[in-house]
Amino acid sequence: MALPLEGSQALARTVALCRPQVVSAYPITPQTHIVEGIARLVADGRLECEMVSVESEHSAASVALGAAAAGSRAYTASASQGILLMSEVLFDIAGMRVPLVMTCANRAVSAPLSIWNDHQDAMAVRDAGWIQLYCASNQEAVDTTVQAFRIAEHCSLPVMVCVDGFTLTHTLEPLELPDQDQVDAYLPAYRFAHGLNPAEPRSLGTLVSPDHFTEARLGHHGALQRALGAIEAADADWAAVSGRGCGGLLEVRGDPQARTGILVMGSVLGTLEDAMDADPKGRRVRFLKLRSFRPFPAEALRQACQGLDTLIVLDRALSPGSGGIVGPEVKAALMDMAEPPRVHNLAAGLGGRDLPLDLYGRLLEAVEGADGPLPFTLIDADPTQLPEADRPDAPLMQEAP
Amino acid sequence: MLEIRIHGRGGQGNVVAAYLLASAAIGHGRHAQAFPAFGAERRGAPVAAFVRIGEAPIRRRCQVRHPGFLIVQDPALLEVPGTLAGLRPGGGILADGAKPGVAGRDGGEIVTLPATRLALEHIGRPVPNTALLAAFLTLTGLMPLSALIHALEARFSGPMLEKNRILVETAAAQVESGRWKEVVHGVAA
Repeated sequence: MALPLEGSQALARTVALCRPQVVSAYPITPQTHIVEGIARLVADGRLECEMVSVESEHSAASVALGAAAAGSRAYTASASQGILLMSEVLFDIAGMRVPLVMTCANRAVSAPLSIWNDHQDAMAVRDAGWIQLYCASNQEAVDTTVQAFRIAEHCSLPVMVCVDGFTLTHTLEPLELPDQDQVDAYLPAYRFAHGLNPAEPRSLGTLVSPDHFTEARLGHHGALQRALGAIEAADADWAAVSGRGCGGLLEVRGDPQARTGILVMGSVLGTLEDAMDADPKGRRVRFLKLRSFRPFPAEALRQACQGLDTLIVLDRALSPGSGGIVGPEVKAALMDMAEPPRVHNLAAGLGGRDLPLDLYGRLLEAVEGADGPLPFTLIDADPTQLPEADRPDAPLMQEAP
Repeated sequence: MLEIRIHGRGGQGNVVAAYLLASAAIGHGRHAQAFPAFGAERRGAPVAAFVRIGEAPIRRRCQVRHPGFLIVQDPALLEVPGTLAGLRPGGGILADGAKPGVAGRDGGEIVTLPATRLALEHIGRPVPNTALLAAFLTLTGLMPLSALIHALEARFSGPMLEKNRILVETAAAQVESGRWKEVVHGVAA
């Protein structure tokens, strides 16, 4: 039965169903109710777990790393500046190929200071070597969290479950939580192949000379690429257990026959789907819901783009001085298609700016009649807020005479 | 689908009111969604929260720009720019006030009831949210009061639940049952 639950509280209960043995977290801003909820479950005796309150996100990630390396199923959650502060350790966790699960309640990164939703935090650690799965709804966040433990432990890789901060974490809606029996049947007991064991001493993440570093990276890269299959399998297996899948690596929604596509990650999908169904002009598009950003499912993406003339990639973050982040990766993957669609990279909804229903029409109208790819555009920006020298039409900066 | 915006001040239980209303609807077999307008969470600052209630799963996650109903927990906010913004023509405003009353306002209708005073009397705390929700359900006929009581049961128990139950019944009796029944259809999104 669907229960009225706030996203964060649903995730706390879902993590508890996965029977973590160690949860570490820095419990103040930028944190969500997720770890608060887990702490309460532990305090109430409903979850047998070591809950470690630490003094920073750097320590939160370090405790989770140590716990998982020593053989415990471990979990942490963070967002925004917290992700940045733990970023050094995130690279370590991935480089050591330690399986653990973290929720990133996606938020903007300072400065200027913002506590609201976009994808800049996860994008900042895009290259840390974690699996990154993006959730389109709180139900997907619940189901992806269970899957994340299975994927992490199967692949010996950490998994970041990316859940739009506020837009999902603070929204109450009807949610199906799995039964304990379903989760127990789906998640085998935690085992880390390279775990620390006094009987067989070994080091993790030690110094390697140039003779071996490249091979360590090669192995890590291959492990992530091989995880593509594990992510699909985990989703299919969970769908068999729970009746709910999340679309594997990439899901095609909307009108599969449409010649125009819109690719998104995260929770803006539902708004765009509603907007399409209510579009006064009756415009139909093929939605591409990209769930796995790392590993990047290039082949699945090419398949999903067959027959498209135009693809709009909507970024929720910015690489200043370049443009979008997801957009260029999509373009690169589609270069290998015989007849690739024309790709337009737009971004919207930075720092919590509302993503309204009329975004759908604005995206389509922005690219209508374009005879080449548009330059990257922040489609909901208001340049008139800026001093003239900062506006997009300002003259190029010249050297001082 | 019905869209409702709730205005209050930080500390008045604004988000709780939105969550309670959506929880009541979900418990009653509807689809619903509730979320805060994302502002700084300071005690006393004007805050808002949104509720959507419908028969079908709710997919959109944008802010509510054109609510059919406003629930205003602090009457002073009625004079703050933005509180009434976007209200659908003919929409209803339910506000805390000194005494029960009905008046025309901004092309719609405002109903007031002394929600804070009732809360102080019955639960000893100046939080108008539960009384306003009871009045809202009574005016609109959206759901029976039992749906709200059921949602309260998830938060309270024992004597506090009993006090809330009495508050719900008392507040409901202060407004005209079904007065906004037709408005509900007129302002659906």
